[in-house]
Amino acid sequence: MRVNMRKMSDNQIGTIAAVKVAGDLGRRLRDMGLVPGTEIKIQGRAPLYDPVALRIRGATLTLRNNEADFIEVEVND
Amino acid sequence: MQATVALAGNPNSGKTTLFNELTGARQHVGNYPGVTVEKKEGLYTSHDFQLHIVDLPGTYSLTAYSLEEVVARDFLVNQKPEVVINIVDASNLERNLYLAVQFLEMGIPVCIALNMMDVAKKRGIEINARKLSALLGVPVVPTIARTGQGKKELMDSAARIVQENTEFFPLKISYGDDVDSAMIGMEKEIEANNFLIDTYPVRWIALKYMENDEQILEKGRKANPELAARLQETVKKVSHHLLDTLDTYPEAMIADQRYGYIKSILKQGVIYQKYDPNRLYSSDRIDKVLTNRFLGPLIMLAILAGLYQVVFTYSEIPVGWLETIFGWIGAGVSAVLPDGLLKSLIVSGIIDGVGGVLGFVPLIMFMFFGIAILEDSGYLARVAFMLDRIFRIFGLHGSSVMAFIVSGGIAGGCAVPGVMATRTLKSPRERLATLLTVPFMNCGAKLPIFALLIAAFFAKHEALIMFMITLGAWAGALLVAKLLRVTVIQGAATPFVMELPPYRMPTFKGLAIHTWERTWQYVKKAGTIILGFSVILWAMMSFPALPDSKVQEFENQRQSLLNSAPAAIAAELAGAPKGADLSREALSLKAKLKAINHREAETVLRYSVAGRIGTALESVSRWAGFDWRTNIALVGGFAAKEVVVSTLGTAYSLGEVDPEESGALSEALARDPGWSPLAALGLIVFTMFYSPCFVAVVCISRESGSWKWGAFAMAFNTLLAFGLAVLIYQVGSALGIGV
Repeated sequence: MRVNMRKMSDNQIGTIAAVKVAGDLGRRLRDMGLVPGTEIKIQGRAPLYDPVALRIRGATLTLRNNEADFIEVEVND
Repeated sequence: MQATVALAGNPNSGKTTLFNELTGARQHVGNYPGVTVEKKEGLYTSHDFQLHIVDLPGTYSLTAYSLEEVVARDFLVNQKPEVVINIVDASNLERNLYLAVQFLEMGIPVCIALNMMDVAKKRGIEINARKLSALLGVPVVPTIARTGQGKKELMDSAARIVQENTEFFPLKISYGDDVDSAMIGMEKEIEANNFLIDTYPVRWIALKYMENDEQILEKGRKANPELAARLQETVKKVSHHLLDTLDTYPEAMIADQRYGYIKSILKQGVIYQKYDPNRLYSSDRIDKVLTNRFLGPLIMLAILAGLYQVVFTYSEIPVGWLETIFGWIGAGVSAVLPDGLLKSLIVSGIIDGVGGVLGFVPLIMFMFFGIAILEDSGYLARVAFMLDRIFRIFGLHGSSVMAFIVSGGIAGGCAVPGVMATRTLKSPRERLATLLTVPFMNCGAKLPIFALLIAAFFAKHEALIMFMITLGAWAGALLVAKLLRVTVIQGAATPFVMELPPYRMPTFKGLAIHTWERTWQYVKKAGTIILGFSVILWAMMSFPALPDSKVQEFENQRQSLLNSAPAAIAAELAGAPKGADLSREALSLKAKLKAINHREAETVLRYSVAGRIGTALESVSRWAGFDWRTNIALVGGFAAKEVVVSTLGTAYSLGEVDPEESGALSEALARDPGWSPLAALGLIVFTMFYSPCFVAVVCISRESGSWKWGAFAMAFNTLLAFGLAVLIYQVGSALGIGV
C-alpha cells in the first residue's frame, strides 16, 4: 500500500516509492538520500508534531511535514 | 614538493576535526572572494613534501543547491587543487559516497579518507577498504580523525598522487537509456563548439545541463547562446519523455542511478553489517529523552538558560578586568597630557574606543565556546528540530533561537555576539531575517535606560513593566521578521531537510580553535572599523567647541562666585588636598562650582554636532514627546546604548551620571513638566526598537556581506521605533491616558 510520508506513524517502516517534487527541494531530498527504493523508518516527531525524524541508511534525517508531503512510501500493511 | 590539497566531505563527516589534526594551529581563516562562506587554509609538512590544505565547506552534493556547494565546486574547477581528499563517514558509507561519486564524475584527482572507522566498528560495520579502492579506482585510506590515526598514510597517499602524476578519468555511469543517448549527442556538440571545455570536462557539462544546473546554464548562455538554447531544448525533450513514460525528471533519474551505482559497488563484498541498520544506538536512546514531547522542551529551556547564564555571568569577570585596565590607561594618559583636544581625542576617542572594541571580546569568546559545545555535540540540530514549527510561522528557522536568546531574548544579552551567532544558520534568507531582527532584543545596555524611566514613572509596577518589555521585544522581532520575509527578503522557505548527527563528545582542541578563530576575526575585521567610528562619534560630541566668549562667560561666573565668597573659604577649597574634609561653607561653594561646570558641559554638548542634530530634530521628535535632551542622548546611544543615561545626565546639567546610580536623574525627570508617563513609555518603546548601536551595525554588515543591510537596519529600525513612539504618545494624549 502506498501512503504519503506525513501519514506514517512512529516506528513504521516502508520503502520510498516516489519523490514527486522538482527544483531546490527535490534536489535537496535526493542529495540527502531520499530516493525511490530506499528503506526508511519513522523515528519520531518534534514536540509540536512537526518536523518528522526518520531513519535512512543508518542515519537520522528530519524534514518538515510539508516537505514529507511530496514523498510516497510503500508500506506493508 | 609542494601542492594544494582540498578537503571535501559531508557536514558531520569529521572534516573539520581532520583539518585541525593535520594543520594544528597553523591555520588561516578568511572568506571566499565576494561571499560570506568561510575559507580555512593550513599547512601540512612532512620530511619531503609540504601540502597547502584548503578546507572546503561541508556539502552533501555538488549541485548548485547552496552557496557552499557553488563555492566548493568553483574552487575545484578554478583553482584546480592537485588532489581532493574526500572525507567519508565509514559508519554512514552509502550516503557519503554520493558526494564521492560526483567527484569521480568530474574526473579530478581524488583520494578517499574512510573516516570514523572506530564508530563504524562499534556499530558492527566492517569495510574492505582495499576492495573499495579497487572498485572506485582511487586510493582509500582508513582514518580516525579524532585520534589522528591514519593521517600520515592519508597524506602520503595524497602526495603520491602528485609525485606520480597519476591520471584520473571522469567516471562514466549509465543514467538510463534516454539520458545516456541524449548526452552522447550533447557531448559531441559541446566538443565541436569548444563550449566551456577550457574550464569543465565535456561529459560533466552535458550532465549539468541534464541536471538543470543554474550556474552552468547561465555560463552557457553567456558563452554561446545559440548552442546553449539547443542543449536546453534537448534536455527539455528528454524531460518530457521521462515524465510521460516513467513519471520522473532527468535530475531524479541521474540521482537514482548514482545511488544504484553506489549500491552495486557496496554489494561486491565491500561492506559487511553485523546488525540491522535501523538498530537503536546510544545516540538514539539519548534522543528518546532529549527530544521527548514533554521533557525535551523543558531540558532545552534549562540548557539555553544555563548557557546564557554562564556566558553573561562569567564573561563579566574578564570584562571587568578590561574596564579596569582601560580605566587605568585613560587615567594615566589624562595625568600626563595637558587639557585640550589632543587629550580628549586620545582618552575619549581612542582609548575608550579600543576599550569598547575589546570589551566585547570576552562575551564573544564565551558565547562561541558555548555554541561550539552545543554545535559539536549535535544538540543544536535538536534545538532546531524542536523549535522549527514555531519559528517557521515567522519565516525563520528553528536554529534562529540561539541568536535571539544571546541578543537579549532573556533580558540582558548583547546583539553583537547574537548577530555573530546566526552563523550556525545555513538557510540564507532565514539567516538574514534573523540577523536583522535580533537587535530588537533587550540587550544589557538598554536595561539602565528602562530602569531609569521605570524608577521615575512606573516605580510601582517595575516587575510587570520589565516582563512586558521582554515580551514586547520578542513579539516585535518575530513580527518584523515575518514582515521582512514577505517584503524585502521574499522567497520560499529554504528546504529544512537536515541531518540529526549522532551525539558526540566535543574535543577540546576543536572547541578552542573554533572559539579563537571567531574571536580573532571579530577583533581583526570589526575591530578596526569600530575604532574608526568611535573617533567619528567622539568628534560629533566634541565639535564644534564652544566659542571663547562662551567659555569666558563660564569662567567669569566661576571667578565671580569665588570672589564673592569669603577669602578664607575660597583658600580652604583651593588648598585642600583631594578627599580632605571640608567645612560646610567650603562644601557649599564646591557644589556651586560644580553646578556651573555641569551647566558648561550641557552647553558644550548642545553646541556640538550631536547637540545640534538633537536640537534640530526637536520639531519632529515632539510628535513622540521627546525634547532636545532626549534626542541628544539617543544620538549618543547610537555609539553605545550605555551612553544614553550618562548623556541624558549631562543634558540635564547633572554631570556624567553613572548608569548604575541614576537616582538623581530619575528625580529630575519626574519633576520636569516636559515629561509624563506617556512620554516615558514612548521612549521605552523607542529604545527597544531603534537603530542598533554601531558595533552591531558593523557586525550586521559584515555578516550579511553588505553595508546595504547595515544601513537598512539603522534606517528601518529607527523609523519603526519612531512610528511606534508617536503612535503611543499621540493616541495616549488624545485619550488623556498617562499625560
